[in-house]
Amino acid sequence: MLRLTLPMNEATRLSLRAGDRLLLSGVIYTGRDAAHQRMVDALQKHENPPFSYDGSLIYYTGPSPAKPGRPIGACGPTSSYRMDPFALALMPAGLRIMLGKGPRGKAFRDALVKQAAVYLVVTGGIGALLSKRVLSAATVAYPDLGAEAVYRLEVVDFPAVVAYDAVGGNLYGDLDD
Amino acid sequence: MNKIARDRLVAEVARIVEEANIDLDGKAVACLKAALRNERNELAQGILAEIVENQEIARNERIPICQDTGVAVFFVELGNEVFLDFNLEAALNEAVATAYTKGYLRKSIVRHPLDRVNTKDNTPAVIHVRPVMGSTLRIRFAPKGAGSENMSAIAMLTPADGFAGIVRFVVDVVRRAGGKPCPPIVLGVGIGGTFEKAALIAKEALLRELDDEAMNPRDRELEQALYQAVNATNVGPMGLSGDTTCLAVKVNSYPCHIASLPVAVNIQCHAARHKEVIL
Repeated sequence: MLRLTLPMNEATRLSLRAGDRLLLSGVIYTGRDAAHQRMVDALQKHENPPFSYDGSLIYYTGPSPAKPGRPIGACGPTSSYRMDPFALALMPAGLRIMLGKGPRGKAFRDALVKQAAVYLVVTGGIGALLSKRVLSAATVAYPDLGAEAVYRLEVVDFPAVVAYDAVGGNLYGDLDD
Repeated sequence: MNKIARDRLVAEVARIVEEANIDLDGKAVACLKAALRNERNELAQGILAEIVENQEIARNERIPICQDTGVAVFFVELGNEVFLDFNLEAALNEAVATAYTKGYLRKSIVRHPLDRVNTKDNTPAVIHVRPVMGSTLRIRFAPKGAGSENMSAIAMLTPADGFAGIVRFVVDVVRRAGGKPCPPIVLGVGIGGTFEKAALIAKEALLRELDDEAMNPRDRELEQALYQAVNATNVGPMGLSGDTTCLAVKVNSYPCHIASLPVAVNIQCHAARHKEVIL
């Protein structure tokens, strides 16, 4: 089990290998379908991104509302493949660490290797457990999107596994081809 | 005559809606624990252990099992001796709005598939009402997540495809879905009827008790064959290989046209949530 801190430098990112089990701590950002659309729109209009992409991890989640006294509700990953078309545009802009669930398409995997990016996964459907690893949550962009807004999360020991690494390693093997 | 007050129905339904999202039923938990005991792949064991731990945290701390608290699906059996002096669909929607708002559940419904503006209270629900004889109103609820719903499929097979054709199609759907629907999954399979009937009975199959068996011997045989074939795919928990791809297979059937063999596969993730209330 590797303990890593976010944001992450390039050397650490490149050293990750498919199958590595990680415990992530530090600051990560959330975004799913609607936020990705806006991030790509912002990129095309040469507007500032909602957060600095350099070394940052984007976590594909749309949490349930926080109960009083809690930073966040259930916050497990959503299916990553839906973000493939957006990731193709955002990886060259610097967003090269992604966390979600499930296999992704070939176009995404090819681009991931070209960009020396990494794709991490966490078990889906364990949102209650994962909510206990989040210390704080704050909206940083697109508040009108509600659960789909971009949140800045401070996490501790957030579990993840490297699914696709920067040199073409693929934990899913042949299953998704 | 059983006259049911609107307030009572709304309160009871809101209660099961909230509970379904927090309290995974004992039969689903037993299936998950059995899978954890039988799984041989180490990574898969770790995933199953996380899933078992998660449902305990959800119940004890009243946090939703999954942040995708789903689209609200109801199957209602309305007895002929039940009297309602209100609109049943409106009352069910009020219960959904109440539970999702007051229960800190995620609102995941958009008002139109293309303009995608959130309705902000998780309504409207998807409601199926069937008239039956008797003096009770049975309301079954399932919050259906999109990750697994998106991987569901239907095929209009021909009679010649038969049993083997159904197995081939279902296994192909599971293989192509891979890790996307959050396996280990539960499969609701509808065979027969028409295009829409097959899909409807497949969905309804997901509300069956996880440890029951189909009444019809052919459906039962198909359930067993599919359970074996799906678990032999090595898709495994979250698609990362292993012995546990499905927790259960439920087959519902209906008579069909001499030329048809519709097969619908509705996929349910491992958070096989449902509750019912009888009024």
